[in-house]
Amino acid sequence: MKNNNVIEAQELTKMFGDFAAVNAISFNVKKGEIFGFLGANGAGKTTAMKMLIGISIPTSGKAKVAGFDVFTQAEDIKKNIGYMSQRFALYDDLTVKENITFFGGIYGLSRKQIKEKATVLIEELGLEKVANTLVGALPLGWKQKLSFSVSLLHDPKIVFLDEPTGGVDPITRRQFWEMIYKAANQGTTVFVTTHYMDEAEYCDRVSIMVNGKIEALGTPKKLKEQFKADNMNDVFLKLARG
Amino acid sequence: MKRFIGFIKKEFYHIFRDRRSLFILFGMPIAQIMLFGFAITNEINNVDIAVLDHSKDAITEEIINKISASKYFSIHQFIEKERAIEAVFKKGKIKAVLNFEKEFSKNLVKEHKATIQIITDATDPNTANTISNYVNAILIQYQQELNKDITIEYQIVPQTRMVYNPELKSVYMFVPGVMTIILMLVSAMMTSISITREKELGTMEILLVSPLKPIQVIVGKVFPYIFLSVINAIVIVLLSIFIFKMPVQGSLFLLAIESVLFIISALALGILISTISTTQQTAMMISLMGLMLPVILLSGFIFPISSMPLPLQIISNIIPAKWFIIIIKGIMLKGVGLQFIWKETLILLAMTVFFIVLSVKKYKIRLE
Amino acid sequence: MSISVSNISKSYKNVTALQDISFNVKAGELFGLIGPDGAGKTTLFRILTTLLIANKGIATVAGFDVVSEYKKIRNNVGYMPGKFSLYQDLTVEENLEFFATIFGTTIEENYDLIRDIYVQIEPFKDRRAGKLSGGMKQKLALCCALIHKPKVLFLDEPTTGVDPVSRKEFWEMLKRLQQKDITILVSTPYMDEAALCDRIALIQDGKILQIDTPQAIVKHYPKQIYNVSANDTYQLLKSLNAYSYNHSVYPFGEFVHYTDSRANFNPKDLIAYLESKKLSNIEIYKTEPTIEDTFMELAK
Repeated sequence: MKNNNVIEAQELTKMFGDFAAVNAISFNVKKGEIFGFLGANGAGKTTAMKMLIGISIPTSGKAKVAGFDVFTQAEDIKKNIGYMSQRFALYDDLTVKENITFFGGIYGLSRKQIKEKATVLIEELGLEKVANTLVGALPLGWKQKLSFSVSLLHDPKIVFLDEPTGGVDPITRRQFWEMIYKAANQGTTVFVTTHYMDEAEYCDRVSIMVNGKIEALGTPKKLKEQFKADNMNDVFLKLARG
Repeated sequence: MKRFIGFIKKEFYHIFRDRRSLFILFGMPIAQIMLFGFAITNEINNVDIAVLDHSKDAITEEIINKISASKYFSIHQFIEKERAIEAVFKKGKIKAVLNFEKEFSKNLVKEHKATIQIITDATDPNTANTISNYVNAILIQYQQELNKDITIEYQIVPQTRMVYNPELKSVYMFVPGVMTIILMLVSAMMTSISITREKELGTMEILLVSPLKPIQVIVGKVFPYIFLSVINAIVIVLLSIFIFKMPVQGSLFLLAIESVLFIISALALGILISTISTTQQTAMMISLMGLMLPVILLSGFIFPISSMPLPLQIISNIIPAKWFIIIIKGIMLKGVGLQFIWKETLILLAMTVFFIVLSVKKYKIRLE
Repeated sequence: MSISVSNISKSYKNVTALQDISFNVKAGELFGLIGPDGAGKTTLFRILTTLLIANKGIATVAGFDVVSEYKKIRNNVGYMPGKFSLYQDLTVEENLEFFATIFGTTIEENYDLIRDIYVQIEPFKDRRAGKLSGGMKQKLALCCALIHKPKVLFLDEPTTGVDPVSRKEFWEMLKRLQQKDITILVSTPYMDEAALCDRIALIQDGKILQIDTPQAIVKHYPKQIYNVSANDTYQLLKSLNAYSYNHSVYPFGEFVHYTDSRANFNPKDLIAYLESKKLSNIEIYKTEPTIEDTFMELAK
């Protein structure tokens, strides 16, 4: 790649009939950046993200993810990204090890690689005692940390996190963000979609979508200054209430 | 009472707004009756047969003409030698061969007895069986014509007696079974699904934390399905009367009463299922595996109970559908009244009461 | 007392959901139960709404015992479970009408109570509940829970999955309801909503960490918190965690919340240490504790 951008979107648009779910959004995300993608329910976040991860074809505009075109190289994009969502993360009826093996397998890691990675990962997360326990029996916070690690198994260039820490206890949540900082520090770009504004405060830069358009884009600090607000929640309220 | 009516109103909204279950409710009886009536039938039409006539006399010719004149058979070829029979079957087109013995007429006149061999392709045992029955029927008919004005009877083949369904119409046999299945499915599966849906959605929590009594919730859930099942039963009976020209011999009133009794027992089973399952999916699986299969396999609908191994015969007794099928076969086909089926009715009634009591007992006023 | 809970314990097969919980809620109070998923909030709600029976302890709601007088409670409380429990295939109006009927009342009879909320969704009254946005579902569910004018209102995570605008509106509605003499017990995993309650109980792993007014809870935070930031948050966190005098280190939005274990802490020492770790743009200044800081300190 010539420049440092791992996501480049220009005038990206998705129409459903006459309705523009995503209306000509443009933004870039740099390598190793933690980028918050915010918006209310129905603002178009999910639709935009689906286009970026190669499972929905845009109506118009241009976008490149990890250097691949979203129109023509969706399969290459999928190989180079990780994805984690609160709704679907891991299989509850498989053990910790089985989940790691399975997800490693679908991303084409060799048996040896999976074994090595699994050992490192289980040790880092302190899951040695529960390695053969069903994931369903683990506390929510552990599951989410494990799920994040699993999404990083194949060393993706970008990892997409969909509302990753809703409902988790505050301490686990900090540990989760420490993991995100670590991943970003190692060069993985982290793309977080959320409507929890306190999650936004942790990001390097955030964009806020309202009715299909990006209405604000910048570091949390800048946005707070721009909207004369104490926190991102107030920024959001001011934007949404027009 | 106002609460109860409000509840029932809501249930009807659910039913009429869910296109899929509406389709199941009303599409299924029609589809099933049509399937069993037309497609999955024991009847035969225009089956190709071959004839090996060793005697070639007037009577054999007459019999052959009778057979080929019926709409059931068409004579595809005549063969000359026994050896050819196997070759003919191997080709697959011919389903049966009629083998007249030598000097057929002479034997019939002299000995008053002649033999015809009916060889059928038993790779499909049902069809084979039906073919031989049909040929027998035609032979018997011919024999009766021959014997009209003779004192000592001519005898061609052993007689096969067919009662209640002289035309061998299979649909007559299927209607009671299909009706049983559908009433079971609609009543038990639909109620169990509709109750577990409330659990899944979380609305059951609110219903529990309301002044509604358990009996109000249960009856409110069940009532619309009694209504719909009765409509279904009526549709099935009408279809069989008007499309399949199947006469209902017995009292329609008795039929209705017995059907309602069976519907209520199936509904109670549905409630019972809903008390042990937490998701619609489990409710559906239990209904299908736990109710539908026994009804199809063990009720005597498809496989005669008398030819089952003894343990299965004993198990079949606890299946309400078995008793209901006996009852409605009696009413619809034999035209019997309550004096002949009171025992079965009593058993069904006892089962129904048992299921209702059990399901009301099992219905929880709390979440655990 | 509108709600009184004493020594309630509840365990499922091998999990202890609640452990010796006691608290009181006064009539007309807006009481918050603050804690993460799995803390036992929903179990407690279900015990108080008579849906579950506790293994130990007693509780009363509106003066009635939750076990022996459950029928009276069911007539007197409104309950909004975790998911917005509405009939998706019924319209807004039909949902409301249904819940009014089963509680033996009509929409007209108690319209005063829900008017403020209902007018916001009334334009969509012929729309099926399944097609409403999260915020509108939440409002409808609240109307349904209020339609029989309950004395006590139980709201289990009413703001989960709802966007900030709807969340704010929702809390404003609760404040207005409180003035109509309804006692409200609300649970939430969002620490920032705690400040909107009269009193709160912080709950984790089935145990209550602290009960007080939000103001008092933050006031009792034992340490001085510093906001620390630098050019590289990850390195900053690593360095602070390795610092031998740290008491707590938590990333907190764009900053790191730091407390020191020494009584005579001088921020300059820390700056010097961080600079030795090759960090730059170091900023460090005092900040006020939040409910979340207290929660973490107590849960540590």
